[in-house]
Amino acid sequence: MKRRDTLKSIALGSLGMATVPSTDLIAAPPEKPLVVPGGRQKSEAIRDAKLMADKFFTPQEMKTLTVLCDIILPADEKSGSASQAGVPAFIEFMVKDQPVHQIPLRGGLAWLDNESRKRFSKKFVELTKAQQIEIVDDIAYPEQAKPQFSQGVAFFNKMRDMTLTGFYTTRIGFNDLGYVGNTPNNWEGVPEEVLKQYGLSYE
Amino acid sequence: MNSYQIQETPEVFDVVIVGSGAGGGMAAYQLSKAGAKVCLLEAGGYYDPADPKYITQLKNPWESPRRGASTTRPFGDFDAAWGGWQLEGEPYSAAPGTEFHWFRSRMLGGRTNHWGRISLRFGPDDFRRGSMTGIGDDWPITYDDVSPYYDKVDKLLGIFGSKEGLRNEPDGHFLPPPKPRLHELMLKKAGKNLGIPVIPSRLAILTKAINNERGQCFYCSQCGRACQVYADFSSSSCLCKPAVKTGNTRLINGAMVREVLTDQKTGLCTGVSYVDTATLQEKTVRAKIVVVAASACESARLLLNSKSARFPNGLANSSGVIGKYLNDSTGASRSAFVPALMNRKRYNEDGVGGMHVYTPWWLDNKKLDFPRGYHIEYGGGMGMPSYGFGMGIQGMNGKYAYGDGKTQPAGGYGSRLKEDVRRFYGAYVGMAGRGEPIPLESNYCEIDPNNVDKYGIPTLRFHYKWSENEVKQAKHMQDTFEEIIHEMGGIALGSKPGKEQNYGLEAPGKIIHEIGTVRMGSDPKKSALNSFMQGHDVKNLFVVDAAPFVTQGDKNVTWTILAMSMRTSDYIIDEVKKKNL
Repeated sequence: MKRRDTLKSIALGSLGMATVPSTDLIAAPPEKPLVVPGGRQKSEAIRDAKLMADKFFTPQEMKTLTVLCDIILPADEKSGSASQAGVPAFIEFMVKDQPVHQIPLRGGLAWLDNESRKRFSKKFVELTKAQQIEIVDDIAYPEQAKPQFSQGVAFFNKMRDMTLTGFYTTRIGFNDLGYVGNTPNNWEGVPEEVLKQYGLSYE
Repeated sequence: MNSYQIQETPEVFDVVIVGSGAGGGMAAYQLSKAGAKVCLLEAGGYYDPADPKYITQLKNPWESPRRGASTTRPFGDFDAAWGGWQLEGEPYSAAPGTEFHWFRSRMLGGRTNHWGRISLRFGPDDFRRGSMTGIGDDWPITYDDVSPYYDKVDKLLGIFGSKEGLRNEPDGHFLPPPKPRLHELMLKKAGKNLGIPVIPSRLAILTKAINNERGQCFYCSQCGRACQVYADFSSSSCLCKPAVKTGNTRLINGAMVREVLTDQKTGLCTGVSYVDTATLQEKTVRAKIVVVAASACESARLLLNSKSARFPNGLANSSGVIGKYLNDSTGASRSAFVPALMNRKRYNEDGVGGMHVYTPWWLDNKKLDFPRGYHIEYGGGMGMPSYGFGMGIQGMNGKYAYGDGKTQPAGGYGSRLKEDVRRFYGAYVGMAGRGEPIPLESNYCEIDPNNVDKYGIPTLRFHYKWSENEVKQAKHMQDTFEEIIHEMGGIALGSKPGKEQNYGLEAPGKIIHEIGTVRMGSDPKKSALNSFMQGHDVKNLFVVDAAPFVTQGDKNVTWTILAMSMRTSDYIIDEVKKKNL
């Protein structure tokens, strides 16, 4: 896919999710009348609206989260970045929806800033790209990481999980993956050339 | 007006039915078609998968802020079931040292809205395992008694499958089965080499239209979300609505039944009392016949709670058997990675909701150390991403070389991760055994002496433990899974669950196939219902869900609930004509 086409597909495919800054998604005015989306029960809609109106991460934390998400999934010739796919806003929602994630993520971000200050006397977002990568390289490879970075490894694993899930459950992610289902069709079996490739047949 | 006054329906219905799932829906359909005046009570709300208000089918993951995660619905945001393992204000408990998980759907059609549509007929042996093996009990009826009703259900509601001529997996009236997906062809080949049959699945999905009311499957793989063209069977779409359409069925939603009412002189049922869940008003419906189909445990609870001077142990319970012999399918599973499926060509392989092939029980238990069989269900393919997709990639991406022949350390970040997701996509298979348990008197539910729900209705307390028979069966499942995985060139994921984990045997209730709590039988001292699921003690009381079933085979029981409910409905019509009811 050409770069121009990629950008076009991002703009078209993301249905606004990518371009809306994450903070706008969070700050829904509380007096807005409740709309129950199709397929939801009222109790679910009330809960979701409340979660959307709440805010968990501070603006500073969101900045760090966003930088980290884009290190994990940057834009490349194939598809857009995690933040273009709205991943930071998704993570903000998930920590409110499943509070079990709150301490590991907030604490992990604090761990990261502390590590940055120890090494470079600055917060993570203020580091140069090379300095950021230096720290990330110490926590991104679970089988090679030194024991003193084990908490950082656990945090980065969680961030990688959330970022991948958040990215691939968007239109940008679908396009990157080549997922072409979820649409009415007529299943006629495995395509002939694929059967041939695997030496299989329908008899 | 005194607000405590109980509101009573002015008319006396021919039949009141409690519950709108497979059993209640079929009874409402069959009886109202025959001209009976029916009142159908459902504790949950109205539901129609064709109404945009309720549609979750064909939605994309980003239409859920949690991307379909299971935070509020146990099977995810897009699943059709309203309810789950816990309902607010409606608790249940388990005795110390025992465990039972109870899944309840409160909605028109009940759990038939999200089920797997796996529709397996019992075979002749499934009705007489007791006498065949010396352990467990026989049904009071045989396959020949039910077979004509299976035929009718096949034709009325639609099922696909293939004629295989297997003695204990009787063929039905099948619509064409969908062709296997790629990984299913690989499973079939592996099975052939191992002597394990892998045949087309038998699901209640319309691969061809069967009437003007219901559409044909369009292969979105989302039966669990309920179908907006009614191409899969659910009681609400295919039975309850047609029943209401006859003009003979009055459906009342939000009716949580408290008690079956009886005349203390005649000992017959006179109707039911229920709580209107919206207003908390107490109401009664009077009827000549009461049909209970609230789900196995809920039906037992209702009868046990319907105590009176004449029926001090609960209704139709002079035998004391109600609540006992509770049993759920066994379940164990394993998943695998298939390197040959890496970097697959992309195409839409959603297919129908669920597997296109399965393995029916193929061995002889006489030669094994456990007395009952199981079948195997398969999963896999290039499915739609939802919450959880891509997680744990660090457990995979260090093990397999990239296109350039080189490996990279596990974990990492950057464009490489996108490549990882793409190359591993659709390269996993899963398999799950579903087996027949031995129903035990010591596994039961009873009325909790200390607790009531928010309506003041006494709740259930469960007592359930697996026996050695089920544990050994699960061990055999695990061994078989590894054989199949190995044969198809796959790599089993995680570690094989051993004895200390009961070989991965799921906790009781988790498979949501519970049955057996209002047993049928020919001896009134040992059973609550006769062979037409009619109360031994109370002749105008019937139970038409899976509560009456003596055993469940390894055959997910919905199709048998439908056949048996239809059979009982015909019996009711007959008995009314003969003036016996």
